[in-house]
Amino acid sequence: MLTYALRRLLIAIPTLLFISLVIFALLELAPGDPLASQPLTIPPDVREKMRAALGLDQPAWWRYLLWLKQFFWTEPLHVLDGLLGTSLSDPTQRIISWQFRSPAMDVIWARLPQTLWVVGLAYIVGVLIAVPIGIVSAYRQYSWFDQIGTFVSMIGFSVPTFFTGVVLIIVFAVNLHWFPSVYDTTLRVTDAASFWKQVKQMVMPVFVLALYNASQISRFMRASMLDNLGQDYVRTARAKGMSEKVVVLKHVLRNSLIPVVTVIALGIPTIFGGAIITEQVFKVNGLGQLLITAIYANDLPMVQTLTFIFAILTVAFNLLADILYGVLDPRIRYD
Amino acid sequence: MTDLPVTDVKAALKPPRNQWLDVWDQFRTHKGALVGLVIFIAIVAAVVIGPFLWRIDPTYVDPNPVNMLKLRNQGPSLARPFGTDQLGRDMLARMMAGGKVSIAVGLTAMALSLFLGTLIGVLAGFFRRLDGPLMSLTDLFLSLPLLPLLLLMVTLFRDSLSQALGVETGIFLLIVTAIAVTSWMHTARIVRGEVLALKEREFVLAARSIGTPSRRLVLRHVLPNVMSPIMVSATLGIANAIITESALSFLGLGFPPDFPTWGRILFDAVDQMQLYPLRVILPGVAISLVVLSVNYIGDGLRDALDPRIRGR
Repeated sequence: MLTYALRRLLIAIPTLLFISLVIFALLELAPGDPLASQPLTIPPDVREKMRAALGLDQPAWWRYLLWLKQFFWTEPLHVLDGLLGTSLSDPTQRIISWQFRSPAMDVIWARLPQTLWVVGLAYIVGVLIAVPIGIVSAYRQYSWFDQIGTFVSMIGFSVPTFFTGVVLIIVFAVNLHWFPSVYDTTLRVTDAASFWKQVKQMVMPVFVLALYNASQISRFMRASMLDNLGQDYVRTARAKGMSEKVVVLKHVLRNSLIPVVTVIALGIPTIFGGAIITEQVFKVNGLGQLLITAIYANDLPMVQTLTFIFAILTVAFNLLADILYGVLDPRIRYD
Repeated sequence: MTDLPVTDVKAALKPPRNQWLDVWDQFRTHKGALVGLVIFIAIVAAVVIGPFLWRIDPTYVDPNPVNMLKLRNQGPSLARPFGTDQLGRDMLARMMAGGKVSIAVGLTAMALSLFLGTLIGVLAGFFRRLDGPLMSLTDLFLSLPLLPLLLLMVTLFRDSLSQALGVETGIFLLIVTAIAVTSWMHTARIVRGEVLALKEREFVLAARSIGTPSRRLVLRHVLPNVMSPIMVSATLGIANAIITESALSFLGLGFPPDFPTWGRILFDAVDQMQLYPLRVILPGVAISLVVLSVNYIGDGLRDALDPRIRGR
């Protein structure tokens, strides 16, 4: 198991390097000009100096290596400095976002809490709803509960999140005035009133995402429960005279959760990157929204850094899911 | 021996049942799938035949400004069943034109993604030497952050491609390719697994022993046998492609404004959704209905093509 994990970790390094190269090449091939938004009256020599200030006069491979060095060496050193109060990273240049004129990682850190709160909470709520629904649906297969549950989950992942979000805004924000339609990120929770306001503005985005996540996970849960309910060990457990509760909630549930846990782990990276559309609908200025604005503004270092962080998360949780599968299910042997 | 009842003789003389007839019989028992199929065919028919009956140009804006202002933002009426939009264009005509593009994108992207996935899956499964590299390529693509990359590809290349090939074809090709390139991996994995199992069967050995070359072995013997998983992923692929296209359009990164798709119509209507909610609801319901019906068809197909369920 340990050797397997180590081997996968070692494979992950070239994979990530390759992904970063792909992203960089994609950005490099693109015809967009980061100075396109500057006025045309700027004289050519000044324009050249501005390009040089952004580092654009260097060859592409040099800029790629520089970005790699900044991402893997300077940024971790800077974090270390922040923790220990040292100044190891001082003379070197950090990754600078062209549109914010400040270090890209600082902007990302500032945006992270919004995304984590809204999207992370939605994921947890989704899982908490999905697991019980999946259990009951499978245990009472083809009952009215199962039929309704299947239908709702079918709707949940067929209706795109931008449409559910917009409909919720029309119904609950425009007509009923229950919740605000725009997420206010400047709100500081200091007392009960502001806390209540925060809860109110989180209800709709969390609901939209939770519905989407829950519908996918509950289908996995139901299928996995159905697979296990027909197994011989369930009949044995019943024949031993165990109560239905113990059979279902202890024996079957624990075995059915194994594949579901890995599915849940695989979904975690989408918490960070996948809620781009929902963030756009409710104007949550999280990481997804940051990526969109960076793409619009041709802010190449920011796009490169953000996309690469999403890639790291995806690779890491893929690895984690595979390892979890091996840990939870002793029948799986990787060696 | 010879005195079988007449009915038995008739039953014995009936031609052998074809596999797809069995599949259809099983498919018919799945009510949701049947309803989905009817709805999907109805929407496709409305979108394809509709413009011949409802002959208003979806991009027609009245050149007379007074008329144009009068025609703007109308509610549903007999003359304009779905009303008009913020420029006085007919919504019914726009919905039909948009549907045509959305469904065309869905079908083309699905076909391309299936082609890629099947090609890579068959090559990886059939030729052992290619298995390692092709599957690591698949794993690599699976670990890419797909939505951000898709956004990146579309934004970065839309201008140059629409200059080179014309706005409509350029962006159509770009979006279809981008969706296909980011969605072939699951098909490839499923097909590879099936091919790996099929390769060891006797009929492949028999075909090989009479000297069938690899190319014909794949095309004549292996491919027809992996059709069922490919068909299931085809339905899921349509749903995925339609949602992705409308999401791109919704973010303003899809087709240009005078080239309606359902996602684009929705995006254009969001600014005024407080005043004219119908304009948001119509394209949204259309997208959701198509995706829902396609998903139900996929569900029914999966059950119908599974020999463990079929015939029970």
